[in-house]
Amino acid sequence: MIEKNSYILKGGRVVDPARGIDTVMDIGVSNGRIVDPGKIKNPEVIKVKKLVVAPGFTDMHVHLRQPGNTTAETIATGTMAAAAGGFTGIVAMPNTSPPADSAGTIEYIRRHTELYGVVRVYPSGCMTKELKGEEMAGIGGLKSAGVVAVSDDGKCIQNHELMRHVVEYSKSFGLPILDHCEDAFLKGEGVMHEGKWSTLLGMRGISSASEELMIARDIILSRMIGWKIHIQHVSAGESVELIRNARKRGIMISAEATPHHISLTDDSIKKFDTNYKMNPPLRSEQDRLAVIEGLRDGTITVIATDHAPHTATDKLVEFDYAPFGIVGLETAIPVCLTELYHEKILSLSDFVSKFTVGPAEVLGMDFGTLAEGKPADITIIDTEKKFCVDASKFRSKSRNTPFHGMEFRGKAAATIVAGRFVFDEIGQ
Amino acid sequence: MEVNWTRKDLLSLYDLTPEEIVLILDTAEEFKKVSERNLKKVPALRGKTVVNFFVEPSTRTRVSFELAEQRLSADIINMTASSSSLQKGETLLDTVRNIEALQADLIVMRHSCAGAQNFIAKNISSGVINAGDGAHGHPTQALLDLFTIRQKKGRIAGLNVSIVGDILHSRVARSDIWGLIKLGANVTLAGPSTLVPRDFEQIGVRVCHNLKDAMVGADVINLLRIQHERQRAGFFPSTNEYARFFGLNMENAKYLNPDALIMHPGPINRDVELDSALADGPQSVILEQVTNGLAVRMAVLFLVAGCLKK
Repeated sequence: MIEKNSYILKGGRVVDPARGIDTVMDIGVSNGRIVDPGKIKNPEVIKVKKLVVAPGFTDMHVHLRQPGNTTAETIATGTMAAAAGGFTGIVAMPNTSPPADSAGTIEYIRRHTELYGVVRVYPSGCMTKELKGEEMAGIGGLKSAGVVAVSDDGKCIQNHELMRHVVEYSKSFGLPILDHCEDAFLKGEGVMHEGKWSTLLGMRGISSASEELMIARDIILSRMIGWKIHIQHVSAGESVELIRNARKRGIMISAEATPHHISLTDDSIKKFDTNYKMNPPLRSEQDRLAVIEGLRDGTITVIATDHAPHTATDKLVEFDYAPFGIVGLETAIPVCLTELYHEKILSLSDFVSKFTVGPAEVLGMDFGTLAEGKPADITIIDTEKKFCVDASKFRSKSRNTPFHGMEFRGKAAATIVAGRFVFDEIGQ
Repeated sequence: MEVNWTRKDLLSLYDLTPEEIVLILDTAEEFKKVSERNLKKVPALRGKTVVNFFVEPSTRTRVSFELAEQRLSADIINMTASSSSLQKGETLLDTVRNIEALQADLIVMRHSCAGAQNFIAKNISSGVINAGDGAHGHPTQALLDLFTIRQKKGRIAGLNVSIVGDILHSRVARSDIWGLIKLGANVTLAGPSTLVPRDFEQIGVRVCHNLKDAMVGADVINLLRIQHERQRAGFFPSTNEYARFFGLNMENAKYLNPDALIMHPGPINRDVELDSALADGPQSVILEQVTNGLAVRMAVLFLVAGCLKK
């Protein structure tokens, strides 16, 4: 790692949507904070000409697998992957083993992050004890231990009354809800999107209705209670429409999309490659386009990866038996730059916003800007660099990506956390 | 036109060209003659080892493959899930790699998961023949259906073929559909709306939800076995109601052309999807399907074995 106390990032295109800035200018860093570059004496100059200098990206949806499944990922490898992917912060999902449903587990995560973490880790806590969807977890205690949100990700509380109480209670502690929306009966034993391809392949489908139904439930509860519910990994076109209407009415609903749902569709399943198996599943082309439109028109304010590491052993099985999920931290920027920025769906400023302002608003935190005095969390991007995904080079402990061998345009050039370079490919 | 077989595996009819399908049917014609001889054995697979690996239990398909292998003079090993190390928690791929390490030339495999054979074929060099994978495919059943139709009707192209029953969960239907479409037949699917997905219309298949529509004008009607567990899962209210609305019986048989073929992949639920008298009647070709299955499987084994690296 390069240790630099004071330096200037010189000649980059600074894109800071929180302040409406998109211009070539210098950024000063001193003692881990953003400063006026003119006030640094004898600074080291780091040339970032032709690169984009953005506030540090935050991935709101990451499975670090520790504690529990450290053969798939650890806090050390997961945060290294985040750094290599251009993320300065990540929200850790609580479905570890044991689940993060108590202050003790949050303490464990925080201690390990201090010792081994490369980027900032914001833990989230469970909504229900052991993620069982039966009894409310100690949400107040989780808040005191430092969680930034609550979620039963991977599962969805099916009991609407319990969900209502969780939302009401979380509101009183100021904790946003991150919900994996899925009706368990409609999902059934499904392994892929229910549609043309599940019909042709004879595989059990997961109907879009399973997602839409619970999003509708969440919209109703959010309106009734007046509290923030963030819809994780939106996959279906009709879901986007539900969220769009709710936001128009001022209901406190927000949503995220993943890089894979905007770039891949269910016809990929015909390869029977389990690296295309995730939940929610890859849906139809129509759904993919609707999610992209949601990002374009501002219905969806966040891009998050749902980084879900699984070992090769776990994935190298019959499609039905493979676990859901793919890794995403090291491919998110290349995939999204290619699909959204280079395809002229989003301006660079809007693109950056989905990883900075978007997550900050949902979580009610003040990261995501390069204003003077803020911690120097910076993501530097080369929007033009050709990047061919080679899973064998991932920092993540797992390799379960459908993007292996694919070529994209653009990637992170450097990642800076509190002034410190945790990833640096500038000039390479 | 000369067509060469170049595949080490037979996984799905979706993968095959019409010419490849016809090649299998033509080859089966030759093997059918072998089975009609006094001496029913040929040395085509002598010195080759075939492993019948039935992870999902099967009787008729396994017996048919075994007999086909014997008639081709192959050495045969039979394995089931319970007689393999899958029971001890070994992964499917490890189990199959162990079979391969014993220099098995061909693996005939049945599995309850769609695509299991595709997954295995990608990862080993032995040939893989799909003997049924979940609801995905059962290519040799479809080939024997095509063979039987061609034998009886003299052609496939232009025929109206109706498949009736639980299409949603049927690997037979999926393979039949691809085979029939590729050879130019007009396919109609019929059954309860809960069991016949409309999505099939996207590949040019007609979908209807009453039996009469599927019967009128049909040259072939293929009834699928209805499984009781589907009723428990809420797809239809009762077997009686199923039989009343979707079973072929003496009363509604009047809508059928007198020369229409009645087919069934077996085993039959007599008097549920198919009236007993019709199953045994002059239009039924159900037992000939079984006989033809042998010739078709001999043809597939022969062609695939011919493509293996020595």
